[in-house]
Amino acid sequence: MRAFTYERAENPQEAAAAVARSPGAKFIAGGTNLLDLMKLDIERPTHLVDVNRIGLDQIEPTAEGGLRIGALVRNTALAAHPLIMRDYPVLSRALVAGASAQLRNKATTAGNLLQRSRCPYFYDTSKPCNKRQPGSGCAAIDGFSRNLAILGVSDQCISQHPSDMAVALRLLDAAVETVMPGGQTRAIPVGDFHTLPGTTPHIENVLRHGEFITGVTLPPPLGGTQVYRKIRDRASYAFATVSVAMIQAPGGRRWAFGGIGTKPWRVAEADHVADAHGIADIVLAGARPTAQNRFKLTVTRRAIAAALAEA
Amino acid sequence: MSDAVPPSHVTRRSLLVGGAAVAGVAEFVSPTALVASGPPSGDTSTPSTETRLKINGTELRLALDPRVTLLDALREHVGLTGTKKGCDHGQCGACTVIVNGHRINSCLTLAVMHDGDEVTTIEGLGSPDKLHPMQAAFVRHDGFQCGYCTPGQICSSIAMLDEIAQGIPSHATQDLHHIAFSDEEVRERMSGNICRCAAYPNIIAAIRDVHGEVA
Repeated sequence: MRAFTYERAENPQEAAAAVARSPGAKFIAGGTNLLDLMKLDIERPTHLVDVNRIGLDQIEPTAEGGLRIGALVRNTALAAHPLIMRDYPVLSRALVAGASAQLRNKATTAGNLLQRSRCPYFYDTSKPCNKRQPGSGCAAIDGFSRNLAILGVSDQCISQHPSDMAVALRLLDAAVETVMPGGQTRAIPVGDFHTLPGTTPHIENVLRHGEFITGVTLPPPLGGTQVYRKIRDRASYAFATVSVAMIQAPGGRRWAFGGIGTKPWRVAEADHVADAHGIADIVLAGARPTAQNRFKLTVTRRAIAAALAEA
Repeated sequence: MSDAVPPSHVTRRSLLVGGAAVAGVAEFVSPTALVASGPPSGDTSTPSTETRLKINGTELRLALDPRVTLLDALREHVGLTGTKKGCDHGQCGACTVIVNGHRINSCLTLAVMHDGDEVTTIEGLGSPDKLHPMQAAFVRHDGFQCGYCTPGQICSSIAMLDEIAQGIPSHATQDLHHIAFSDEEVRERMSGNICRCAAYPNIIAAIRDVHGEVA
């Protein structure tokens, strides 16, 4: 691992300012993804700002009737929180479908949103990857692409977004709250938070350097039946081939998808369609699969039908 | 590399590693002693950060290169080699330890991130004379072959039963509000601990046994 300097931040604004001071600086919270990538020389921060003692580890009601999840709430604590299990069960289900118990105990809400690609070529530093090395090319498009994205892809990148949690947050219309180094704050809808690869696959979200996530807010609960169905190569501790998040509530139905998109995927038009094939036709309309991951079209169709049957 | 006093009792392990990286097992380090150790690479360009850790009940002050993982701090700086390094990437679970009551992969966290934390390793659970019930159950049920993953499996198992007792759901949980203990629950919850020898049926038997004792 390359050398870096290290400091412990006391509060969010101090953390934001500390990272803003140095172009090579990064926040570290759970560290489960960042340290993995640093060991592989994929992430190369020159300075780490440890935000683990910053607080922001509570889940509290908002004035609007929803919940505010502190950025440092660990994935296990979020999944097991009584109000999340009762009012947002799809979020609990998505969380426990991801990673291992050890990782969920460490990984944070904000860190989960910021986790990076699991494309095999992003990890293989001997191969070109536009996400890791802008302009170097994409080895995945003609390579081992079985588990990669079919929606939102570009000629430069077909990496799927790996998070389960983010799919549930997308379904729930959550918002990401941040603080800038100067102290200004903003709220970013989760749907606008992650960016499509386009010609800049190395840019994965709209955060500016030093902008610090303080929490995630959930709108008032929708109730109804909530489903998270994950199809993967191994029954546990594997990334999604296809995942489907769905809420069937008195106010209507809505869908979000993981494993198939370059970001957590949602097509609002599909929410008004009744039958599984009609929903799939709309969701998969712009799909650009490779020969290896074309099967995801069929798996998605079946996952939608299965979710409808389960609800 | 280290000028710390070697342990007064010589084990096979300490003979194997010599004095190279062993700063003494916890019981031989005075609670206030500052254990200074260079980074594994020998590069001393990064200033070390003081970190206080309470490991198996003993408070230690360590001066560490920030690159040192909790796993390497335990093994190379404190001399507690019971915790194993398997993949070093959070995939195998051999490095599982319990920090402030939660099981984590010690390979995927920096020691300096744990200032003031309480760490329990396999050495802190029981002793050869007085095994922890989970250690005894692994012996009774032959829950291992080569044994390399066993410290991680045992730390993970103990924390896992605690998670069930706390009502923390898993992917195998049918009703989020009521966890029914089952082999399926155990398999799912232990999926972060790989056993290359595939001693899984006996590991599950050991866990089931301990759960029955405490339930």
